[in-house]
Amino acid sequence: MVEVTLWGGLRPLADNQQSVTIEAKTIREMLRKLAERYPGLSGPIKNDVAVAIDGVIFRDDWSQVIPPDAEVFLMRRLAGG
Amino acid sequence: MASIAVSTTINGDEVDFICQPDESLLDVLRNRLGLMGAKEGCGTGDCGACSTMVDGRLVCSCLVLGAEVEGTKVETIEGMAEGGDLHPLQQKFIENAALQCGICTPGFLIAAKALLDQNPNPTETEIRFWLAGNLCRCTGYDKIVRAVQDAAAEMRGETA
Amino acid sequence: MSFDAAYHEKKLNSVGTRPLRPDGVDKVTGKARYGADFNVPGQLVARVLRSPHAHARIVNIDTSRAEAAKGVKAVVTAADFPDLTNGNAEMYAILDNCMARNKVMYDGHAVAAVAAIDAKSARDALRLIKVEYEVLPHVVDVDAAMLPDAPVLNDSVFTGGVEPTPTTPSNVCNRAEFGHGDVEAGFAKADVIIERSYKTEQTHQGYIEPHACVATCNKDGTAELWVCTQGHFVFRQNCADLLGLDASKLRVTSSEIGGGFGGKTHVWTEPVALALSRKAGRSVKLVMAREEVFRASGPTSATSIDVKLGATKDGKITAGLATLRYTGGPYPGMWAELGAMTSFACYDLENVKTVGFEVLVNRPKVAAYRAPSAPMAAFAVESAVDELAHKIGMDAVDFRIKNAAQEGSKSSYGPVYGPIGIGPTLDAAKTHAHMSAPLGPNQGRGMACGFWFNFGGQTSSNMNIGMDGTVSISVGTIDVGGSRASMALIAAEELGISYDDIKVVIGDTNTLGYNDMTDGSRGTFSSSMATVSAARNAIEVMRKRAAITWDIPEEDVYWEDGHAKAAGSKYGNLSPLSVAEIAAESGNTGGPIAGHSELIADGAGVSFATHICDVEVDPETGSTSVIRYTVIQDAGKAVHPDYVEGQYQGGAAQGIGWALNEEYIYGEDGRLQNAGFLDYRVPVCSDLPMIDTQILEIPNPNHPYGVRGVGETSIVPPLAAIANAVSNAVGVRMSHVPVSPPRILAALKAEANG
Repeated sequence: MVEVTLWGGLRPLADNQQSVTIEAKTIREMLRKLAERYPGLSGPIKNDVAVAIDGVIFRDDWSQVIPPDAEVFLMRRLAGG
Repeated sequence: MASIAVSTTINGDEVDFICQPDESLLDVLRNRLGLMGAKEGCGTGDCGACSTMVDGRLVCSCLVLGAEVEGTKVETIEGMAEGGDLHPLQQKFIENAALQCGICTPGFLIAAKALLDQNPNPTETEIRFWLAGNLCRCTGYDKIVRAVQDAAAEMRGETA
Repeated sequence: MSFDAAYHEKKLNSVGTRPLRPDGVDKVTGKARYGADFNVPGQLVARVLRSPHAHARIVNIDTSRAEAAKGVKAVVTAADFPDLTNGNAEMYAILDNCMARNKVMYDGHAVAAVAAIDAKSARDALRLIKVEYEVLPHVVDVDAAMLPDAPVLNDSVFTGGVEPTPTTPSNVCNRAEFGHGDVEAGFAKADVIIERSYKTEQTHQGYIEPHACVATCNKDGTAELWVCTQGHFVFRQNCADLLGLDASKLRVTSSEIGGGFGGKTHVWTEPVALALSRKAGRSVKLVMAREEVFRASGPTSATSIDVKLGATKDGKITAGLATLRYTGGPYPGMWAELGAMTSFACYDLENVKTVGFEVLVNRPKVAAYRAPSAPMAAFAVESAVDELAHKIGMDAVDFRIKNAAQEGSKSSYGPVYGPIGIGPTLDAAKTHAHMSAPLGPNQGRGMACGFWFNFGGQTSSNMNIGMDGTVSISVGTIDVGGSRASMALIAAEELGISYDDIKVVIGDTNTLGYNDMTDGSRGTFSSSMATVSAARNAIEVMRKRAAITWDIPEEDVYWEDGHAKAAGSKYGNLSPLSVAEIAAESGNTGGPIAGHSELIADGAGVSFATHICDVEVDPETGSTSVIRYTVIQDAGKAVHPDYVEGQYQGGAAQGIGWALNEEYIYGEDGRLQNAGFLDYRVPVCSDLPMIDTQILEIPNPNHPYGVRGVGETSIVPPLAAIANAVSNAVGVRMSHVPVSPPRILAALKAEANG
């Protein structure tokens, strides 16, 4: 089980939960199940998210495996210069 | 407006061109003569990317009219390497990593050569103030100043 | 093919050396071709008509006289850009920014464009276009724009991120909050609390090369674009989406780029040039003038930030609170949110809260500028950290070391940190000779830390082994500062051949797989990862070819030191085959040898820096000279140390300019008053000292050579480092950047008057 923490902007779309527990092995599976459980999240998940696993930020590699007990954080997808 | 016929010398070669009375030397070099080493960064003489020598004087070619170079000797970046051999300044700019994007580099080289032609042993302060008319946004100038110092030393015969 | 991106320590022959860059000769001889250095036969010249008003409704545009003028071949307005954005607000903002639709939103906003046979005809034609405006009230100041009676720029904007959603529109398009713990409880535990408001002014990336492109749109739906850009694949997609072209039929070739720093991640004139070309049936060259670059391309946000910070007497921060307001220009962005995420990222805080407000104003659409939004937030927080350290009588470095984030700290933006480099940069600062050098009269020393995320992204690399054993590589990330040299070093290391035997080019959009832009400090990180992967794939091919040549099983061939070698004593008489030897036989062993890679480079790893500076302030004029400057930053691994130093020095110089001089100045009429390098003063050579650098190398576990991005973080600390130094020199806290002479004199006067 993965406990995913949501950034503030997402919480109203997920019954005001700060974190959600999901059975998932990869980022892709986690995002898919999140969107299934909270359809309001599908839009942001499609375009606006990055995922931090144990502090390392992933913006694109949804095949990334989520280790057991990892700290998982849904963040805004960042812009850079 | 009627065009003006101009005869001049560019990098040692006699060149004739016609231009409009309000056309800058920079536009003539770039658009009529295909010498695109001088760049337009501002068009107002503030950035030095179009630095060019006219009769031994360092100018911003965006502020000089094409018609003004009648009968003069113009030197551009394209004439700096002789027969393909890089000038010591050019070589030292590469060796010192004195360029990142490189858009300001032709202007810096022309300006630095003008300095060393009249002052072969400038202090760091003299280099910095001489080059204050050339903007570089990438390097913070550190490696540019070092490259000029290195080239000056080599041209004085102090290094191998 | 699977690719192991994990870091493995090994002995290096090429990576970490300082060879001459491959594009050096072209760039010192004037041969390198930048955006404006390209022409096609029969091209037209385009010019853009821009709004003189900060905010106005476009009542009518009459282009008939311009269209009839001699030499004019096409005129476009918003009517030539039908809305194909399909409800995508971000794309709609780009479309509206390229050519104003119903209203002009800032001084310099494009309203029409002309393509003509020469520049003079185009310029003359602009004067023949009659635009009827209904001028509207405007607002350019971030705080003024948030007031209840401020003119509202967009009446469909209702503040997001607040419950319940407001029922009246405003210029505040979003509120975002980050943090953890209980800040009120934290402040209750503090012995000393600092509370102060800060402002930073809007700056421009200030690249020396103005935006330039040559566009060709053909009747059969094919098109070509030559352009200076930080991301030609992204430009292709944006232009195709906005104009209804097929992306694959639009071939985009990137020129050499004369600086970008985030400002060339955004399309401005390119869709306009393509639309003109489509209408005229001719190629169109469009080059921005410097004034247009300032008025209508990528500035950063202006900000207003409040910070409250508390600590115990023994120097432990108990709580940090920041409220950040960032301008986005006339369109929604996430600039304040980035500021809110980064502001306290250097510190290990039990109680922290940051709130960011995105604010619309009548200024140009904000574009990314090197670690976007982080420098302003760092200015405010690092100023407060310094002031708090002084107040409790603690050394500023010791105070930061005591509170620095480390592995296991919960970051202020949410996740818990893995191994990070803030501590090592502070330790290096503590022991650096600069820290203990004596100071003279009117001099002050300041220091500050900075953080940036760094990221990777989609990346492709092609490697072709020539018949003579030399290697050509194409990558798709724009080389903004020497990355071709770094790619060649990485490839030389992997293949075990000489740097001089490798030539690296930037491929166009139709010769290589998709690539994200060169942004987020990702160029060398991402493309070197793809190049390592491509090289390993090429080595697989070469192993097979050696096996064929020797007529032995493939699994008996291994690769070592740039050679295929046969394993086991039974092949004792087979001498190893070099890349050149294998390549020479390739025509008979299966044809050309290549390796390619298309991957996602992810896991770039966050980056930290600490800067130290000394300034001298003339108390009579308020003029500040930077007399010594030191940058300490973690690079993960410096592939070509010259260009890592160059990034550190360049970022510091830009930050120094921001701290001391650079700012957009608007008149009462909302017009920009300093749209040129004379009045918008970037640092010149005589303004700066040498900039010392110290590269720390703490390997990034997610890159084969431990590489981290290095491009952006170096602009984060200087605003605060300079402001702290000036404050220490004059004995008055400077809270408004740039700390220009008038602001310093005003602060001194206010202090003297008590």
